[in-house]
Amino acid sequence: MSPLEWLASVCFILGCSLNLIAAIGALRFPDLLARMHAATKPQVLGLILTMAGLAASLGSSQLTWKLLIVVLFQFMTAPVSAHMVGRSGYRTGKVRDEDLVVDELTEDLRRVQQADTQPPTS
Amino acid sequence: MAERVRFWNRWPMVLWLAGVWVLLWGDVTVANVLAGLVLGCLLVMAMPMPKAGFEGRPWLPGIVNLVVRFLGDVVMASVQIAKKALSPGRPPRGAVIRVQLRSQSDLFLTVTAQLCSLVPGSIVVEAHRLAGLLYIHVFDVSDSGGIDGAREHSLEIEKRVLYAFATDAAIEAAGLPPRKRLLRRRRSTEVTS
Repeated sequence: MSPLEWLASVCFILGCSLNLIAAIGALRFPDLLARMHAATKPQVLGLILTMAGLAASLGSSQLTWKLLIVVLFQFMTAPVSAHMVGRSGYRTGKVRDEDLVVDELTEDLRRVQQADTQPPTS
Repeated sequence: MAERVRFWNRWPMVLWLAGVWVLLWGDVTVANVLAGLVLGCLLVMAMPMPKAGFEGRPWLPGIVNLVVRFLGDVVMASVQIAKKALSPGRPPRGAVIRVQLRSQSDLFLTVTAQLCSLVPGSIVVEAHRLAGLLYIHVFDVSDSGGIDGAREHSLEIEKRVLYAFATDAAIEAAGLPPRKRLLRRRRSTEVTS
């Protein structure tokens, strides 16, 4: 095997393992927010490594640029999707307090709700 | 007339769309570039976006610092989550913390929130743009150096973003030392930091 093929193989194996680990994490972690960590971080690096492996094994400049776009959009969209899932989880009460050490968002939301229900002072 | 001025101010978006178009086709030909530019103009006219208001001064050392540390952080984040996913026993306990950012700009809030979600230990759950607040879920409180450590970390990311893109005035308004002093200090304390 040529050095380039070695590099591609290593990238593929590492990338696929990271994606597998992300899936295991999403399965094992106890609550919604912890699962979102598994879905964003190892998954993004896994995709980057897989794309790098593809770039190395194909060796064609035309495709390299397309793979770069895939990575770029993954960087942009992964945080957004994690944020949307976390946010909607919060709004629908899917986040359990007992799993968190501190929960300042619920504190603040409650404070805002109380301020809304109380009659205006001025 | 005001519409037209606004349209011409959108040329960075047109360039970006044209760039994506050329990358998708995979080779730089005159036809591809022209088609990309025309399509970009059409898209910008058909689907106008709200103004993000970029006021800043890109600074190369700051950008290099931001990108290099960010890539390092992404690798660290994956290793950390992978370790936790595979190690037996009860997974770690998290927390949701409130972080008051120093800058007032929507753009820097967005960039900071995006980067925070990709680096170790944190995901942005809710952002409050008028108050400049981020609510961040910390994956493992004890790993991130406690709640204050996690808060510090997010502010550190914002600091890197500001040093990379903000104007000098915005940096001063955020209460950070100016860039020149930063460079000088970094040279003298290279080993300790």
